[in-house]
Amino acid sequence: MAVKTELKLKTEPFVLNIGPVHPSTHGVFRMRATLDGEVLIDLEPVFGYLHRGIEKLAEGRTYTQVIPLTDRLDYLASMSNNLAYVMAVEKLAGITVPERAEYLRVIMAELQRIASHLIAVGAFLNDCGAFMTPILYMIREREKILDLLEMVSGQRLTYNYMRVGGVSQDIPGEFLPALRKFVQRMPSYIDEYDQLLAENEILLARSKGVGILPKDMAINASASGPVLRASGVKWDIRKADPYSVYDRFQFDIPTGSVGDCYDRYRVRVQEMRQSVRIIKQVMEGLPEGEVKAEVAHFLRLPVGETYAHIESPRGELGFYLVSDNSIAPYRLHIRAPSLINLTALRDMTLGWKVADVIIIFGSIDINMGEVDR
Amino acid sequence: MTLALSGKEIAGKLEEQFPGGILDSGADSVTIKSDLLLSVASFLKDTKDLEFDYLTAITAVDYSRYFELVYQLTSLKHNHSLIIKTQLYDRNHASLPSVSGLWRGADFQEREIYDLLGIKFDGHPNMKRIFLWEDFQGHPLRKDYL
Repeated sequence: MAVKTELKLKTEPFVLNIGPVHPSTHGVFRMRATLDGEVLIDLEPVFGYLHRGIEKLAEGRTYTQVIPLTDRLDYLASMSNNLAYVMAVEKLAGITVPERAEYLRVIMAELQRIASHLIAVGAFLNDCGAFMTPILYMIREREKILDLLEMVSGQRLTYNYMRVGGVSQDIPGEFLPALRKFVQRMPSYIDEYDQLLAENEILLARSKGVGILPKDMAINASASGPVLRASGVKWDIRKADPYSVYDRFQFDIPTGSVGDCYDRYRVRVQEMRQSVRIIKQVMEGLPEGEVKAEVAHFLRLPVGETYAHIESPRGELGFYLVSDNSIAPYRLHIRAPSLINLTALRDMTLGWKVADVIIIFGSIDINMGEVDR
Repeated sequence: MTLALSGKEIAGKLEEQFPGGILDSGADSVTIKSDLLLSVASFLKDTKDLEFDYLTAITAVDYSRYFELVYQLTSLKHNHSLIIKTQLYDRNHASLPSVSGLWRGADFQEREIYDLLGIKFDGHPNMKRIFLWEDFQGHPLRKDYL
């Protein structure tokens, strides 16, 4: 006769710190997770491990000296940071940028978007458990972009390429042939990822319907970039408020419908295709001429304030600049998409298991350099 | 192109609703009394044809005599934008109502302003430092912090 035993175990919520030093947190980010068994019942993001006070440091430097600081915000998209910052300075100073420089800026910003999305998608798949294989394919292509950007700037990550009034130097002779080769090949590489991943059963099972961010919440929580678009909001600063010369090129804004992890992944892959499309058009129309306007070395901006924003790979990157007519910014505020996109993280992850929390977080694609500043 | 709504026009509309509450208006901005912030914000969010559903950014600037808070609002529906400014003169007890109940996007940004400039937001669900550690002294982005 079987003895009927009744286990009376007491359970209680368990607090687990995920990070700050953990590969899945993509930098020094900490999630203070409260778990009931394996299910997440509360989550508090903890920031600040990479806070360098860039906004404060900027107040003690000339306008040109701030450019290398912006490289160190989102270090996977330094070109975009450069661009947004110099745009703010130019807007307040009323500087017109030569046509060729504008075209070069668009090329660099779009190359940067592809490079950044490659890492975002690759790292996301890493989080999903497709460990290292997909990301190595993506790093293979990203390496080609880094070679191109190194050609123009001499650096692989912190380019410091844009200048107030243009770019630091014209592209070398080898750049355009190499870029042409790259844009010819890139679409077939993206096809390759799609063959491997888009219909992959495991990826679908892990990401479809997981971590849904509803449209209303995305807007209310000021989400931007692929996170906002995956929730079905067709909002891209390049179209909504065109800057530089983006209004001259044809491209679509990919959007998702559900706002789950899969949509965020798909939006990024499709944006890479659109970026290739933009680069092709820019190359066709690239005019000859100067790449930098005449700008005083110690620039003094008129008293006032301005805000310039761009669509960076992670969302709306904006610089709010206040000038008191000295040689340094009086105040420089950075609207960091990575930080603000995390606002809804808690709602997106509640009720999911730890393994899902990791991929929901991964699908937002943040960069701690920008979150903490 | 995102249309920057004329500060003068909006100031006129706001003046009808909140007599005496509008201090100044610029090309794309309106400066309001700080105690009206929450009611002006919800008016701008809920009024038809304005519908500022998206809080782009909040910035605070220390002008030594006063702090200026800058709320950048956007309507994704109508693709227009407006800047709301308000000023705080009491450096030792600078505080404002939190708008995080209207736009959740304010959550981390208000904490950031508290952390770096020492402006408290009343009604914020989690008003504590965000980047610096809890027993850090001072607020680095204040101009009198050295």
